[in-house]
Amino acid sequence: MKQPNSTPTTDLMLRETASQTAGPYVHIGLALSIAGLPPRKEEIWNRMATSEADGQLIEVVGTVIDGNGDLVRDTFIEAWQADANGEYQCDYDLERPFNSFGRTATTVESGGEWSLTTVKPGIVKAANGKPMAPHINLAVFARGINMQLNTRMYFEDEAEVNVACPIFNAVESEARRRTLLARREEGEGGKVRYRFDIRLRGEGETVFFDF
Amino acid sequence: MPLNKGKRFVERDRTWHPVAYTPGYKTAVARSPSQALVSLQAPTVSELSGPDFQHLRMGPHDNDLLLNYREGNGQDGLPVGERIIMFGRVTDQFGKPVPHTLVEMWQANAGGRYRHKKDQYLAPLDPNFGGVGRCLTDEEGWYRFRTVKPGPYPWPNGINTWRPAHIHVSVMGPSISTRLVTQMYFEGDPLIPICPIVRTLNDPEAVQTMVGRLDMAHSRPMDCLAYRFDIVTRGELQTYFENV
Repeated sequence: MKQPNSTPTTDLMLRETASQTAGPYVHIGLALSIAGLPPRKEEIWNRMATSEADGQLIEVVGTVIDGNGDLVRDTFIEAWQADANGEYQCDYDLERPFNSFGRTATTVESGGEWSLTTVKPGIVKAANGKPMAPHINLAVFARGINMQLNTRMYFEDEAEVNVACPIFNAVESEARRRTLLARREEGEGGKVRYRFDIRLRGEGETVFFDF
Repeated sequence: MPLNKGKRFVERDRTWHPVAYTPGYKTAVARSPSQALVSLQAPTVSELSGPDFQHLRMGPHDNDLLLNYREGNGQDGLPVGERIIMFGRVTDQFGKPVPHTLVEMWQANAGGRYRHKKDQYLAPLDPNFGGVGRCLTDEEGWYRFRTVKPGPYPWPNGINTWRPAHIHVSVMGPSISTRLVTQMYFEGDPLIPICPIVRTLNDPEAVQTMVGRLDMAHSRPMDCLAYRFDIVTRGELQTYFENV
């Protein structure tokens, strides 16, 4: 029998199942419409809010760009954000006007652009009680990405709260912080739209987080 | 999952998982960050919470790939291939079951062809096979699918590179911190050790966490074999002694 306290702590715990890339055909499993498969009863997709949801309805769009400056047209992205009041709605239910979780993808047909319909999130409190600026948590999966890349999208028109946000400021380089800002632009029919391009590698590389 | 503000998760061992830049897997070269990840010293509710899919309305055959493609397509045959049950338990690193969590999977058919408009491999599609499944784990963390064993297939990486037979597996767990996408390989497949995607892992023990095991006890005589694939998500902890 092993002596007590002789076992390294790593042996007292199971190891996490290792990650693998989602691969080129991630859409058949997680984004059926993109792959050309018939939809099931309910699908988890990119309409996170309807016009009945509290708050300002917005469209969020973007591209994903690789280290050569080329569009990545086979990305799969997951979004997680608070509602307009800064509360995470954990119960995913398509009958509700707002869900905190959504999925989207880039394809050849979409010109390499992903999009989400949602509401602008409210301010959420960090662990230390400090307010965090409105943000959308994004996870990027694709062929060539061995483990999803986690980032946060902030809003450039929230400059004052962004500057005070403890997570935004966890990024040491000021130049790199700017990679987390979505630009506001005019959408179709006067809709408010934000653009957030994700650069995986090289110049203007987006900040990715470990948590 | 109810939002428990006192929870945190065991830190991810990013030397156990594949690192981002793995040149043997060519696509990773231009798609891996060159900068260090920024660590959040104190994860917030943004990272510690996540979606709960117990109210997602699923179809009766969402986890049965032998039956779930024909419904939408006026087909009434069965897919060709080795009939298998793929099942297992989702626990965290402390062995605690992860109940009611969403497990999704997708795969090629018995010939290694995906039902995806981008897949041009000359092996044919199977008119009775779609290749996608999902289910929630039960109270004790168990999940199960019924499907056919996928075939290996070639892909443009090296001059003659083939993927081992695999099923893509996606697990949410209690928060976006536990979110995991992996692949299940099949015990004994000689393509496993030579696959550049498998070899993005440095530790052979980590590769073993992705291998489904033939389980004769859970197979159905005269019907289908079973493969067991247990999944481990990050250990959930309570926070003590904070903010004082």
